[in-house]
Amino acid sequence: MLDGTNRAADEVVAVMPPALVECTVEKVAVNAVMAGCLPEYLPVVLAALEAVCTDEFNMHGILATTMGVGPVLVVNGPVSSRIGMNSGVNALGQGNRANATIGRAVQLVVRNVGGGAPGGIDRATHGSMAKLGFCFAEDEAGSPWTTLSEDRGFDRSQDVVTAFCGEAPRILVDQKSRSADSLVRALAEGLRASVSPRVVMGMDGMLVLSPEHMSRFRDAGWDRNRFMSELAGHLTVEADEILAGAGGIEEGLPEGFAGTTLPKFRPGGLLVVHAGGPAGLFSAIVGGWVNGPMGSEPTSREITP
Amino acid sequence: MSQPTVVLDPTAGTTPSDRTRSPRPTSLVGVTVGLLDISKPRGDVFLDRVAERLGEQGATVLRYAKPTFTKPAPVDLRHEIATQCAAVIEALAD
Repeated sequence: MLDGTNRAADEVVAVMPPALVECTVEKVAVNAVMAGCLPEYLPVVLAALEAVCTDEFNMHGILATTMGVGPVLVVNGPVSSRIGMNSGVNALGQGNRANATIGRAVQLVVRNVGGGAPGGIDRATHGSMAKLGFCFAEDEAGSPWTTLSEDRGFDRSQDVVTAFCGEAPRILVDQKSRSADSLVRALAEGLRASVSPRVVMGMDGMLVLSPEHMSRFRDAGWDRNRFMSELAGHLTVEADEILAGAGGIEEGLPEGFAGTTLPKFRPGGLLVVHAGGPAGLFSAIVGGWVNGPMGSEPTSREITP
Repeated sequence: MSQPTVVLDPTAGTTPSDRTRSPRPTSLVGVTVGLLDISKPRGDVFLDRVAERLGEQGATVLRYAKPTFTKPAPVDLRHEIATQCAAVIEALAD
């Protein structure tokens, strides 16, 4: 396994929460073997651990929270095809060794080295499949848009892993929209329910656009910026509809927000990725967790040998 | 001759250190008790009531709050509580 990286076995990769112990490349390698990784996956695992073990990503809180969230890892750059990652059919599911084991290795390191065992520091009410390990690659070649990593300031030629704190994905169906305008409205409507229709701005989200959904925007000539702008225009919420007590539901915003219109997501709080098989008029939503300095920031790291 | 089997430890290999608990206060009269709010909704409602009850029993109450419930209490805050209080009560959530 250690042949997969140029880094020394005793090099410290990160200080691992929750026990805050120094974690070496060798310890990561041991857990990567247990996860089923091939040696060529190790640099991705190492970069992912560097991303999650930062104050801004806040792996401690993500592990400890009662919400069922975990590090959702998106890989960009030539490395994804070089190590055989799946960005196509069943990209978020089973059946690809790299996708299945990279995220698993990250979780095993947190559990074994950091001591973050379920029922101990890990207090998740239900947990979710995202906590087993959630990693996939963006379909860059099939997308007319800039990639997630480019959107986050990297060059397309760089190998990058982005960690997003999220739950397991759910499907958003729209099989009838034939125009970009119709589909963006449908996506916005679905995204408004991310985490809860009553949560606005405080939690981020990820949208995984399928190739067939992307084709609507490609045909209309929309680039990423146009899409994000149109989507934001439809992703506003009338606060009166989600005030505490509105509709007989006690959960909701304080009365002080009455009469205002609010965005569902904070600026930059929705990550959009292109992945999935060539057939299927669905996209996937990954709900997030407490965002920003109070919780978790999406965090990217370059993958180096 | 077969090679010996080497088993690698996937854990940090550390063990928790034993620390003696501070003596428990036998009375609350004149004792300084810290109330730590982790900053989740309505934790203050619980702690306000606890403060009231502790005051009735003669304790001096000091209030503290974590900047966010999602992260461990900063080391400075932990030090502040440890040096100023004989006991601490933490309000968890909601």
